Amino acid sequence: MINTDVLIIGAGPTGLFCVHQLGIIGLKCEVVDNLDKIGGQCIELYPDKPIYDIPAIPVCTGEELTNNLIEQIKPFKTNFHLSDRVEEIKKDKNSWFIKTSKGKEFKAPNIIIAGGVGSFEPRKFSVKECEKFEGKEILYSIKDKTIFKDKTVTIFGGGDSALDWAIELSNSSNIKLVHRRNEFRGAESSVNKVKELEKQGKIEILTQYQLSSVEGTSKINSLEIKHENGSIKKIETDYILGFFGLIMQLGPIINWRLNLDKKHIPVNTENFETNQKGIFAIGDICTYSGKLKLILSGFHEGALAARGCFKYARPDENLRFEFSTTSKSVHERLGVKK
Amino acid sequence: MPKITYIEHTGKSHTIDISKGLSVMEGAIQNNIPGIDADCGGSMACATCHVYVKEEWFDKLPKKEDGEEDMIDMAYEPNKFSRLSCQLIVSDELEGLVVNLPEKQA
Repeated sequence: MINTDVLIIGAGPTGLFCVHQLGIIGLKCEVVDNLDKIGGQCIELYPDKPIYDIPAIPVCTGEELTNNLIEQIKPFKTNFHLSDRVEEIKKDKNSWFIKTSKGKEFKAPNIIIAGGVGSFEPRKFSVKECEKFEGKEILYSIKDKTIFKDKTVTIFGGGDSALDWAIELSNSSNIKLVHRRNEFRGAESSVNKVKELEKQGKIEILTQYQLSSVEGTSKINSLEIKHENGSIKKIETDYILGFFGLIMQLGPIINWRLNLDKKHIPVNTENFETNQKGIFAIGDICTYSGKLKLILSGFHEGALAARGCFKYARPDENLRFEFSTTSKSVHERLGVKK
Repeated sequence: MPKITYIEHTGKSHTIDISKGLSVMEGAIQNNIPGIDADCGGSMACATCHVYVKEEWFDKLPKKEDGEEDMIDMAYEPNKFSRLSCQLIVSDELEGLVVNLPEKQA
């Protein structure tokens, strides 16, 4: 059991700056994120896209913003629990008991949900019969590539994941690559490589097709794909891989007895607390009158939520407002050398 | 204000006056039309505001910009009339636009 002042869910920019705001008022926190890296949407969805509306930073990419935030919170030596997800929370007296999918346990008077619009999960095939094969012959990520040796693998998608795996697996598997249009959005070099492998007969490329059905009882035998013009093609296959990027799902949060407005959590604008005492929500996941889904709004929300946490974490103390320019205690927490 | 018609997957139709300058996505969100999620808030990063534009309207709309087609790759059951509604800006030219909503967004 890890004891801390605040458990933050979500390591996107909002969660990261909140670590800073907690740190300078002397509160400890731990951060849990479902992704395998720090940065949230900034890293997962637009690492290379320029952002123009961060105050005092005329332009930076999602990756640069993340790296700067990581640098800014270094003094606080925060623990990040990545590739893990908070599944269960329970209140006992003034503490929340928190359990993750990997079985980690935390005890904290405060939880700050900075979860974007939920946790990232792979997008799945829309064909209903796929469900019963998912995790077996239908996969959205690859843990052990040796299972594909000498098998027929049908890969769906047009981005880098689809292309990279098609290239990689073409050495030892029979690969069919299916995509909904003729253009691939993956890196040009990968697209060229795939086309070269097609010429060598190592990959079969089928474009303007989408999955229409799968067949099999205990195991998949075959699938059917439908062309834009309506024609159907049957393919015998051992495995089906789908690479359609990630989607955000609210996940276990819906079970935490929080008020919800569609996929968002209503909060007050004084300290961004939810209807549950000691649970705060900041960033894209929270909603209130006038809410803007901007990173800068997330920073503001995190600063106020951090102060909101103080009264539960240090019930016998008063929080004195201090500026980072002049406060000795802030300088000590930041490790500023005189 | 231009009238935009949203037809849910079930066939239920909503015709709504949407202020010029808003996106077709924002019009749906502000009027609580079920079937448009818009997780990313309109930054063309999620494909959960996916709509099918009525055939007769498709060519009249401003062309897709870079990135929209790439995102549509990830949408739920895209077809050749697929657009992201966050990229369709309501104007007088869009008066009477009809969009069909997919069964779900993800």
